[in-house]
Amino acid sequence: MAEEPESALQLPPSSTTDGEGPTEVSPETATPEPPSSAAVSPGTEEPAGDTKKKIDVLLKAVGDTPIMKTKKWAVERTRTIQGLIDFIKKFLKLVASEQLFIYVNQSFAPSPDQEVGTLYECFGSDGKLVLHYCKSQAWG
Amino acid sequence: MHYPIGLLFDLLASSSALPWNITVHFKSFPEKDLLHCPSKDAIEAHFMSCVKEADALKHKSQVINEMQKKDHKQLWMGLQNDRFDQFWAINRKLMEYPAEENGFRYIPFRIYQTTTERPFIQKLFRPVAADGQLHTLGDLLKDVCPSAVAPEDGEKKNQVMIHGIEPMLETPLQWLSEHLSYPDNFLHISIIPQPTD
Repeated sequence: MAEEPESALQLPPSSTTDGEGPTEVSPETATPEPPSSAAVSPGTEEPAGDTKKKIDVLLKAVGDTPIMKTKKWAVERTRTIQGLIDFIKKFLKLVASEQLFIYVNQSFAPSPDQEVGTLYECFGSDGKLVLHYCKSQAWG
Repeated sequence: MHYPIGLLFDLLASSSALPWNITVHFKSFPEKDLLHCPSKDAIEAHFMSCVKEADALKHKSQVINEMQKKDHKQLWMGLQNDRFDQFWAINRKLMEYPAEENGFRYIPFRIYQTTTERPFIQKLFRPVAADGQLHTLGDLLKDVCPSAVAPEDGEKKNQVMIHGIEPMLETPLQWLSEHLSYPDNFLHISIIPQPTD
């Protein structure tokens, strides 16, 4: 399955300064698989060294917010929540003025400048970080 | 970055004289570095999110979730209007922990340095060691930010600041969390270079 080109889709860099967009993880990838080489696309041009291993992020839609066909993404640890919000908005083709909220633990909205790597370390489980996204304020 | 003002002072201006003179700019908004704040509600939502994140670390969100909407409102109104008693009547509950434990599950903290690009360090850290000893501020720094603490015989290169003071590194972290946390329930710790004079 890893040979399929679409399973290794690399998204164009986002407009933020965080570097390239998340890498799609093969939808068939089983959850227990560690976020390793399978998550890195062959054509990725990453600055070697300072970029540590990417982390797996599971994106779940809340309410009537459109779902994403691909739910699991490999994301750089240094990517910010704002960077992720911009990416999801672009992916769902939302207009810039539409709001998008991201939640951890279905409870709190991390601040936009927070790095996903930090959230993964504090709130990740089973080798991944589960984030819910919503077009309206879902919790608190 | 939107930081509490006390943290900004510790991090960027702790050698300045008080009262702190600040310059407010009304044009050339730094779009790349700061997010616009659309409304007062956004500040309230941000504050409540921080409190919720802190309680997720301290009590697996149990305390904040058991509160009613009006308690959340009281917390915010107390802060907004400088009503210490009003704020602490609710905040007190967020500072409790089961008698059989010696502290929170994890200590909500963020460590800021002027010398790094990273916004801050935040990790899981328990207030009590496996052997039952209380973890101290020094233990935390040695674990998550070893460059900040001087070797035993070495010269002190950094100051560790919270609310404008340098707490002793032997201070138990649980005590600091209960008494020196910001209203958002996080300990905001600044590591700044030791003044040379």
